[in-house]
Amino acid sequence: MLGPFLETLIGGLLTGVLYSLVALGFVLIFKASGVFNFAQGAMVLFAALTIARLSGEIDGKEVHLANFVVAAAILGVAVAFIGWYAWREYIARGAGPGERRKMQVLAAVGALVGGIAAYSYGKGAWPLWLAIAATAAIMGLLAYAIERLVLRHLVNQEGIILFMATLGIANFLDGFGQTLWGSDIYKINLGLPKDPLFLFEGVFPGGLLVDPGELVAAAIAAGLVVVLAIFFQKTRVGRALRAVADDHAAAQSVGIPLNTIWLIVWTVSGLVALAAGLIWGAKLGVQFSISLIALKALPVLILGGFTSVPGAIVGGLIIGAGEKLSEVFLAPILVKQFDLAGGGIENWFAYMLALVFLLFRPQGLFGERIIERV
Amino acid sequence: MLAVIVAAFLAVPMVASPYLYTEILIPFLILSLAAIGLNILVGYCGQVSLGTGGFMAVGAYAAYNLWLRVPELNNLIVVFLFGGLMAAAVGILFGIPSLRIKGFYLAVATLASQFFLDWLFARVKWLTNYTPSGSVAVGKLEVFGWHVDTPADRYLLILGIVVVGTLVAKNLVRGHIGRSWMAVRDMDIAAEIIGFRPLRTKLTAFAVSSFFIGVAGAMWAFLRLGAWEPLAFDINRSFQILFMVIIGGLGSLVGSFMGAAFIVLMPILLNQLPGWFGIRMSTALLSHLEFMVFGAMIVFFLIVEPHGLARLWAVAKEKLRLWPFPH
Amino acid sequence: MVARVRSFPDVLLSVENISLSFGGVKALTDISFDIAKGEIRAIIGPNGAGKSSMLNCINGFYHPQQGAITYKGVRRSQMKPHEAAEQGIARTFQNIALFRGMSTLDNIMTGRNLRMKTGLFWQALHIGPAQREEIENRKVVERIIDFLEIQHIRKAPVGQLPYGLQKRVELGRALAAEPELLLLDEPMAGMNIEEKQDMCRFILDVNDEFGTTICLIEHDMGVVMDISDRVVVLDYGKKIGDGVPDEVRSNEAVVAAYLGVSH
Ligand SMILES: Nc1ncnc2c1ncn2[C@@H]1O[C@H](COP(=O)(O)OP(=O)(O)OP(=O)(O)O)[C@@H](O)[C@H]1O
Ligand SMILES: [Mg+2]
Repeated sequence: MLGPFLETLIGGLLTGVLYSLVALGFVLIFKASGVFNFAQGAMVLFAALTIARLSGEIDGKEVHLANFVVAAAILGVAVAFIGWYAWREYIARGAGPGERRKMQVLAAVGALVGGIAAYSYGKGAWPLWLAIAATAAIMGLLAYAIERLVLRHLVNQEGIILFMATLGIANFLDGFGQTLWGSDIYKINLGLPKDPLFLFEGVFPGGLLVDPGELVAAAIAAGLVVVLAIFFQKTRVGRALRAVADDHAAAQSVGIPLNTIWLIVWTVSGLVALAAGLIWGAKLGVQFSISLIALKALPVLILGGFTSVPGAIVGGLIIGAGEKLSEVFLAPILVKQFDLAGGGIENWFAYMLALVFLLFRPQGLFGERIIERV
Repeated sequence: MLAVIVAAFLAVPMVASPYLYTEILIPFLILSLAAIGLNILVGYCGQVSLGTGGFMAVGAYAAYNLWLRVPELNNLIVVFLFGGLMAAAVGILFGIPSLRIKGFYLAVATLASQFFLDWLFARVKWLTNYTPSGSVAVGKLEVFGWHVDTPADRYLLILGIVVVGTLVAKNLVRGHIGRSWMAVRDMDIAAEIIGFRPLRTKLTAFAVSSFFIGVAGAMWAFLRLGAWEPLAFDINRSFQILFMVIIGGLGSLVGSFMGAAFIVLMPILLNQLPGWFGIRMSTALLSHLEFMVFGAMIVFFLIVEPHGLARLWAVAKEKLRLWPFPH
Repeated sequence: MVARVRSFPDVLLSVENISLSFGGVKALTDISFDIAKGEIRAIIGPNGAGKSSMLNCINGFYHPQQGAITYKGVRRSQMKPHEAAEQGIARTFQNIALFRGMSTLDNIMTGRNLRMKTGLFWQALHIGPAQREEIENRKVVERIIDFLEIQHIRKAPVGQLPYGLQKRVELGRALAAEPELLLLDEPMAGMNIEEKQDMCRFILDVNDEFGTTICLIEHDMGVVMDISDRVVVLDYGKKIGDGVPDEVRSNEAVVAAYLGVSH
C-alpha cells in the first residue's frame, strides 16, 4: 500500500513543480501590475509551438516556407529590437551620440539573423539551443508588443477589463501560433532519459517506479523557481518589482519607470512560459491542450495567494500531489459507489481542495489577514 | 422599444429564412438571455463568474430529465422553468463562498463549479439516461398543446420568453433588490453598514442570475441544438457569455443584447469575409484566423470603450441629438 | 456665538472600558463615555487618535477585544454592522463611501433598505405591494433631497459630483434610515467655509427637527465648540478629556495634545 502511495505522491509532486512554474508566471505579472493574466497558458503554448517547429524533426508535416519566413522576420525584428533597447539604455547612462547609426547597424544585424534563420530552415531543423534562444527573443518581443499595444492603453482601468484584455490576447496568441505553425501534435526532443528508474529497492518490494524524464524536468523547473525567487529577493530590478507591487509611488522613487517594469515582468513571465512549454512539450508533446494547463495552475493561485512566490511553489506541490492522489485512490471508490462512467475527478478536485481551504483561510497559505477599514 | 418588440414578433416572421432563424436570431436571443443573467451577477452585483457554462448545463440537463421522466409535464414553459430553478439552486450553492472570497479569487473559485459540473454530466450516468458519452436528444416539443416544430415556431417561443425575462430583469434591477446588488458591487463594506446583508444579497444575485442562465441553457439545448452533450456547455461557453457582457457593457441590459449580437455575428462575418474576396482557405486555418481576429477585436474594443457598446450607443445618440452643434 | 447649554436626562448609548488593538497597534485603550438622547456629542483628537475606530466599534464594524456597549438599555460586547443598522444607528464615513455607480436618488434610496421588504416575486412584477412600497419610500427620500437642497443632482451619478456635494449625499443616505443615533465621521473635512456653514445648519436642523442624537468627529475646533453639547477627547487611543466645550477648552491635557497641531 505504501509503495503505490509514494509512487503516486512522487508523480504528483513532479507534476506539481510544473504547476508552480506556470503559477509563478501569473504571480509575477499580478504582483507587479495587478493584471490577472489569463494569457499565461496561451504564452506557454505559443512558446512550445515555436520551439517545436523551429527545432522540429519535420516528420512529414512540412512547415510552409512562408510561415518560416514570417517567423524569421519576427526573430530578426526581435533581435534588432533587443539590441536597440540595450543600446538606448547604454546611451541613457551617458555614452556618446551616434544612436541612429548604431540603430541602423542593429537593424541590419537583425535582418541578417532573420535571413540566416530563414535560409537555414531550408537545410532542415535548427539545433535545440538555437531554437530556444530564438524563442526567448520572440517572447521578449511579444512582451513589448503587449505592453505597447494593449496595457499602455488600459492603465487605470478596472481589473476585470484588464483581465478581459488578457483573454483577448490569449485568443489571439492561440490563433496566431497555430496559424503560423499548424495545429498537429509536435515533439520537442530534450534528450531526456526514457528507461524507468527503480528507487529504494531495499525498502519496498520491487522498489519505487519513477520516470527519470520527469525527474529531470522537475529538477529543471525547480531550478528555475529558485532562480526566480533569488531574482526577486536579491537583485535591484527584483526589489523594484516588489516595490511596485506594494506601492507604485515607491517604485518611481527606485528610478525605474512603470512601463519598463511592466515590460520586464511580461518578458520574465514569457520566459517562464517558455520553460514550462519546453518541459511540458517534451513530456506530453506540443498540442493545443497545453494552453489549458494554465487552468490547472489557477487553483495553485487561490491556494498560495495571487502575490506570493512561496505560495505558488508550495501551492503547486500540494495541488499536484492532491490531484494525482485523488485520481488514483479516491476516484475508483467514487466510480464504484455511484456507478460513474469513469473517474477524471482530477479536473475539479484541485479546485475543490483550494476552495475548501479558502473558506477556512481566505487570505491563502502565506497571506496575512487583512482587517478592512472604512 | 415597443416598436422593436412588435417588429420582432410580426415583421421578422414575414421575411426571415430558416438560416436566419437557426444561425442568427435564435442563438442571438438565447445567448442574450444568458448574458442578461450573467450581467446581473457581474455587472450589477460585482461578482465575477466564470461558471456560466456549468449553470447552463444544469438548466439543460434538469430540463431534459423532467421532460424525459415526467411526460405528463411535457410543456416547454414548465420544463424551462424547472431548468431555471434547478440552476438557481446550484447557483446558490456555489455562491456561498462569495461571502468570504472576493474579486479574482472568487472568479477562480467559480471555475470549480464549471469543472465540477462538466464532470458531473459526463460521468453520472443517470443524469444523461445512460447514453454513451452523455449525449442526449429531445423530440416532440410542445407548449400548451402548441407543437413547436419549425424554426419560426421556435423563434416566436424564444422571443416571448426573452421579452418576459428582460422585463423581469429590468424590474428587478430598478427596485430595492437591484439597489442592494449595486450597493454591494460599489462598496460592500458600506452596504453592510447601512443594513444590507451581504450573504443574502449576493446569494439572491447568484440565484436570479443562475435562473436566467439555466433557462437560457435549457432553451439552447432544446430549441437550438435538439441533441447535445456536456461539451456544449464547457468553459468556452462561459467565456463567450462573459465576453458578451463586457463588450456589451457591464450593468446594462441593452448592452447584453448588443454584446450577444456582436459575438454571434462576428464569427459568421469572419467566415464569410474571405469568400467575398474570392479567397479560399481550409477550415482549420479559417478557425485559427478567426481566433486571432476575435482576440484582436476584443482588445480593440476594450481600449476604445471599456464601458461597452451600450455606452458607445448612448454617446452616439447624444451626439446625434445635438447635431450639428458640438454641445 | 454663545456655547449652547442644554440638558439631556436619558442615556442613549454608553461605552464601557473599550479596548481595541490591531496586532501590536493599540487603537483604543480602556475608553468609557456616554451619549445622551438628543444631544450632539463630538469626538476630537489628533490624527490616529482612534476616533474612527471608536465609531467603528459603536456600529459593530470593529469588535473590541474588551469592554461592552450599552445601547437603548441592551448591553452587548459585539454585534454585526447590519444589526446596528436595524437598531437605528446610521453613519457617514471619513473617506466618502457612496455607491459610485449609482445616482444620487438611488444612493439615498439605499438608506431606506431596511424598510423595503417585498420579495423577489413582487419585485419581478413591479406592481402591487412592490410599487406601493417604492412610492412611499420615494416620498420620504424626496423630502430629504429637498431638505438637503440637492434637487438639481437627483439623477446625477454620484461618482462625478464635487466632494462637498458627495458628503451631502452621504448625509442624505444616512438620514434616509431615519436613525435614532447618527454617527458622522468628519462631515466637514475638506470643505470651504460656505459648505461648512451649510453642513452645520443641516446637522443642527436634523438634531432640532427630528430629535436625532448625533455623534460626530471633527477637526475644526470652531465648529466643534459651536455646535456640540459635549466633547470627548482622545489621544493615542486614550481618553484625555470629556465635558462641555468650555471645560474641554480649558483642560490642560487637551491643550497639550493639540499644541503644535494646527487646526
Ligand atoms: N483596520 C485596521 N487595521 C490596522 N490598523 C488600524 C485599522 N484601523 C485603524 N487602525 C490603526 O488604529 C489607529 C487609530 O486609527 P483611527 O482611524 O481610529 O484614527 P483617527 O483618530 O480616526 O485618525 P484620523 O484623524 O486620521 O482619521 C491608527 O494607528 C490606525 O493605523
Ligand atoms: Mg478617522
